[in-house]
Amino acid sequence: MCATCGCGPEVAFKVGESGKASASASGDHAHHHHGHHHGADGSLDYSSGSAGHHVDGVSQKRLVEVEADILSKNNRLAEGNRQRLEAMAVLALNLVSSPGSGKTTLLVETIRRMSANGIAVIEGDQQTSNDADRIRATGAPAIQINTGKGCHLDAAMVGHAIDHLHLEERGVLFIENVGNLVCPAAFDLGEDSKVAILSVTEGEDKPLKYPHMFAAASVMLLNKVDLAPYVDFDMDACEANARRINPNIEVIRISAKSGDGMAAWLDWIEQRRKAVAHKAIEMAKARLEHLIVASGAA
Amino acid sequence: MHELSICQSIIDLLSEQAAIAKFDRVVRVRLEIGCLAGVEPQALMFGFDVSARGTVADGAALEIIDLPAKAWCFDCDRTVDIETRGADCPLCSGGRLRVTGGDELRVKDLEVV
Repeated sequence: MCATCGCGPEVAFKVGESGKASASASGDHAHHHHGHHHGADGSLDYSSGSAGHHVDGVSQKRLVEVEADILSKNNRLAEGNRQRLEAMAVLALNLVSSPGSGKTTLLVETIRRMSANGIAVIEGDQQTSNDADRIRATGAPAIQINTGKGCHLDAAMVGHAIDHLHLEERGVLFIENVGNLVCPAAFDLGEDSKVAILSVTEGEDKPLKYPHMFAAASVMLLNKVDLAPYVDFDMDACEANARRINPNIEVIRISAKSGDGMAAWLDWIEQRRKAVAHKAIEMAKARLEHLIVASGAA
Repeated sequence: MHELSICQSIIDLLSEQAAIAKFDRVVRVRLEIGCLAGVEPQALMFGFDVSARGTVADGAALEIIDLPAKAWCFDCDRTVDIETRGADCPLCSGGRLRVTGGDELRVKDLEVV
């Protein structure tokens, strides 16, 4: 291993070989990534590095400034999804949680109480279409995405699913992400909000253990509260933990089984639905005004 | 293990750049990763070697520049450095912080031939 940067001999050898810098893989290679100075103009100066000399072949290299977001492609696709959804005034909610938090049961109960009107569902799981089958039994259209080895849904998958779903204007699209509190936090799908679901059969310190997800979520549904008397779970501590990570997070204590908190949850959905509709109307008005001005009809 | 997806995104980005900036091969990639980006550098290193095989970045060295996380402390009325989400203010030990940076995930620059 290289003592300067910790790079392995394999990498060092490959780079050294291509740049004819050194035939040695012993760590004595002319250093491939600290052996030059980066000028303010993006130039590379190989003479001022620690080795203090120029190595044949290396000078052919050049520096390309990229400064690009690694997830820019996903973010671009997500923005496209968002615009499509916003134009139709569809409220899209990205449901994220650990496996077994009760996401699908909660969703089935939510759809049942909303009378399935204008609701569509995208179900993400590594395998099986069990969840989509449960949703379809409520009468709402559902598309199952099997991610195979993938641990999260991405914007391309969701965009593709939207193509195949019949979305109604001013409807609600629930996206049930793969059960995973880590990876889905990084991938924007074009949703209006992320909804994190945590059940009282888990640990109250989960918001601290998996902070990225709770930082990204707008609301946390504390689920299975009907089981609270039987488990050692401090709901107040859990809420405090979530607010420590995300001071703006809303918390709703809920039980899909007993119906506790369902009214508050449905009310939250209705508020977001109104906000999305309001935005769509404002956007349409602005577009109309633009068209009138552009056509000289004003 | 979304690091593999992230590696694939990096490789896609490098392939796009190869066409734009006209180069054949990437020798070195420098990433800037905020300490709240939720990415494990070791997994990224491993995933990158695998993802790069047979692409413009085959054999390229990956260098990661860690960026600190920033938060606004409402009690100190100033920006402070933090290391984790939910951390207390390093100055006043208070807990009223709003995270303002640290989730960066960027390709900074490339060395190419």
